[in-house]
Parts: sequence; structure tokens; C-alpha cells
Amino acid sequence: MHMGDFSQAILLAFGLMTSGDPGLWQIVGLSIAVSLSAVLIATILGLPVGAALALGRFPGRDALTVTFNAAMGLPPVVVGLLIYLLLSRSGPLGEFGLLFTPKAMVIAQAFLVFPIIVALSRQVIEDLWAEYSEQLRSLGSSPLKSIGTLLWDGRFSLVTTVLAGFGRAAAEVGAILIVGGNIDGFTRTMTTAIALETSKGDLPLALGLGIVLLAIVVLVNIAAWMVRGVGERFAGA
Amino acid sequence: MRMLAHSLPLLLDRVAFAAGDVEILRDVSLTISGGQPTILLGPNGAGKSVLLRLCHGLLTPTAGTIRAGNGGASTEHTALVFQRPVMLRRSVLANIAYGMRGGNTHTRASELLQRVGLSHLAARPARKLSGGEQQRVALARAWGRDPEILFLDEPTASLDPAATRAVEEIIGEIAAQGVKIVMATHDLGQARRLAGDVLFLHCGQLYEHTPAAEFFAAPKTPEAAAFLRGDLLT
Repeated sequence: MHMGDFSQAILLAFGLMTSGDPGLWQIVGLSIAVSLSAVLIATILGLPVGAALALGRFPGRDALTVTFNAAMGLPPVVVGLLIYLLLSRSGPLGEFGLLFTPKAMVIAQAFLVFPIIVALSRQVIEDLWAEYSEQLRSLGSSPLKSIGTLLWDGRFSLVTTVLAGFGRAAAEVGAILIVGGNIDGFTRTMTTAIALETSKGDLPLALGLGIVLLAIVVLVNIAAWMVRGVGERFAGA
Repeated sequence: MRMLAHSLPLLLDRVAFAAGDVEILRDVSLTISGGQPTILLGPNGAGKSVLLRLCHGLLTPTAGTIRAGNGGASTEHTALVFQRPVMLRRSVLANIAYGMRGGNTHTRASELLQRVGLSHLAARPARKLSGGEQQRVALARAWGRDPEILFLDEPTASLDPAATRAVEEIIGEIAAQGVKIVMATHDLGQARRLAGDVLFLHCGQLYEHTPAAEFFAAPKTPEAAAFLRGDLLT
């Protein structure tokens, strides 16, 4: 690959973004939709688990905490393989016919993001509880009200947690490639398209898609940064 | 004065508290009744904070009993202002409304905020306030709990004289409403200004419980006398 390829790729990326090519925007849209859905599901399921791990006192709590911490680094291909086995025709959930659909991709990414939400939110909530517990009890706060208070007062840190999950989902390729199948116009995302174009030798197109992906990740992180800034200014978080 | 006293008199009978193997309080028996503020004096590490937390119901004695009016020690009818109160990550007004019971909390919180002289800061994030302002928010928040006894744990320990005066004025106003004040301090000047009676705690034991005038004029124990002279108690 020559230096000329980079400038060509950058030109192509801008060309792609400004062309209004429906194929490209379909790929970008599906990537974002799949990752956002996965993060939404993982957050709805993960926050209560994180809070329970942070506040609960039950046998096996430490083992679970270590497990979730370790699971933050789950290899996407392994998760993809497990979901593939679950969803394949002969698998336990085969009858739903989800394999090679966007739904399967959402399930796989939710699996990847869930431990991140659990582990990071547990840390946020546990730190906040160490600071708040005596004060909240003194103010007559019930356990349920206290959990709500911790989630609300930790909201800016928890947003960062959710964005870390989104970063993981948006960047991974192994899991959605296996369970989605990279079907053109149906389950093709930016990362699977990059993998495909690279293997076909169309490096400028792969690089162009990579630049679009990077731009999205950077934009999301700028938004996260601004949310934190607003939090610091208005809530002293 | 209230018709129904839930927390007064507060009776401690041979109360002890240990954290693991470390004995923090032992054999503390005392009675706190309504009226003038009770000031809890003693050097650092005497067990003042733990005693207040026990009376407030945040800690449970490892031995002995606490009776508050017709029940046990509870956060229900008492309030505690910590030495370093935790400001929730929300506005000043929301901090005060947080612990309130019943309805109309917004209006009631605004009224309390006015009484502690911080109306102009209502919408500010509480954690951005100065130490003295935060302590006044904490006082308003505790007051909003409508307590019969207000415990204060060295509320002016890290404040300058002006902020200390503001806090003492608010404490005086709360006391004037018929709320019993029980305050830990190691500031003797403050104790003289506020005390009706004095509890002198040293090394986890109660050495004296006497009316303030008597305590400052003629302490009964050599430990209290040494403390009043400013000697370093060991």
C-alpha cells in the first residue's frame, strides 16, 4: 500500500459521505441502529445488576464482581460463536429463525456490552454509596429511594459508562460477522464491510468506511465530554 | 413544646460500642431531657461522634440500651448534622427538600432556605458552595426533617469565625423553636456560649454530666479540669 492510497482513501471517504449513496447510508444506519439497540438493552438489564452488586451483600458477590470485570474483555468472536450456536437451526433458540438477521446482531452485541455496563456502573454506584450511605440513612431514605438517588446523582458518570459500552459495540466486528453473516443490504455494517473490502483488496473503500466509523465514534465522545461538562457545571458531579 | 415526645427523654443505660476489637465507648449512662442545649465536650477520639451516631440510630450499641421517649433511637424523630455534611449532586433547594416528609416540599424548603439566609443560592449546585454555606444548607436540611432532637457533630470545626457565627445563630433559632440541641464540639468558647448542660467524654467514658455554669466554674474530675485548662489529655 502506498502513501497515495491514504489521500485517495480520504478523498473517497468524503466522496462517500457527500454522495448520498443510499447503500452507504444504509450500512451506517444499520451499524448505529444495531449498536444503539444493544446498548439500550444492556443498560436496562445491566444497571440493576450493577446496583445489586454494588449495594447487595450476598454469597458469591465477590466472585460475580470478578466475573463481570473479566467479562469486559470477552473476545467478540467467542460471543459470536456462542450466540451462533444458540440461534442456529439445531440450537435451543433455532425455531425463532433469528440467525443472520439484525436481531441476532443486537443480541450478540448486547451480550458484549452487558458486562461493561455491569462492571463500570457497579464501581460508580459503590463509590457513590461509600460517600452517601450515612447521610441518606440520616435523612430517612428507604433502600429503594436510596437506589434511585444513587442512579440519579451518578447520572453523569453512568452516561460515560453507557458510552464506553457504545464504543465497544460500534467497534467490534467478530460477533456480528458470525451471527449476522455480512449480507449486503441486510446485515452489512461498517465494521463487517471494512473486513470484507480489506479481504477483497479494496483498501481505499475499507479506509473510507473506517474514517466514517471513526468520525461517528469521535462525535459520540465529544457529546459525552459535553454531557460531563454540563454535569460539572450544573450539579457539581 | 410538643404534645407527643417521641425521642425525649433520651436514656442511655450502660451503653458500649466496639468496632471489631477496638472499644470506642464503654459503660455510658446518661439522660438527656428537653430544654437548653446539651454540649458534648471532649478531646478528639473521645467517642463523641460515635455517641451521636448511636443516639441518632445510625449505629447500634454492642452492649447496653438506648431509649428515646417511647421507642428506641431512630432517625425518624431526630436529625444529625455531620462535621462534613454530604451535599447531594443537585441544587441547594433539592438538597433541603430531599429528606422532607409530607407535601409542599418546595415551598417549605424555600422557607427554610430563607431562614438560613441562602435564598439567593437556591438553584445553585450544592457542592459548589463554600464550606460555611454547605453547613447552613445541612442545617436547613436537618431542620426540614422536623426533628425533636437535633444532633450536631462539630458543625463549625473547619469554619472561620464569621461562618461559625452564622451557624451558631441558626442553631439558636432552631433551639428557640423548641428543638432539643445536642452538639459535640471541642471549641470551649462555643460551649460556653451555647451550653445549658455539659457532657464530658474522655477515652470512651462519660466523666461528667453537669449544668454548664457548674462545669466551667468547678469541674468535678481532674480530666475535665485539665481539658478546661487546655492541657493535652492522653
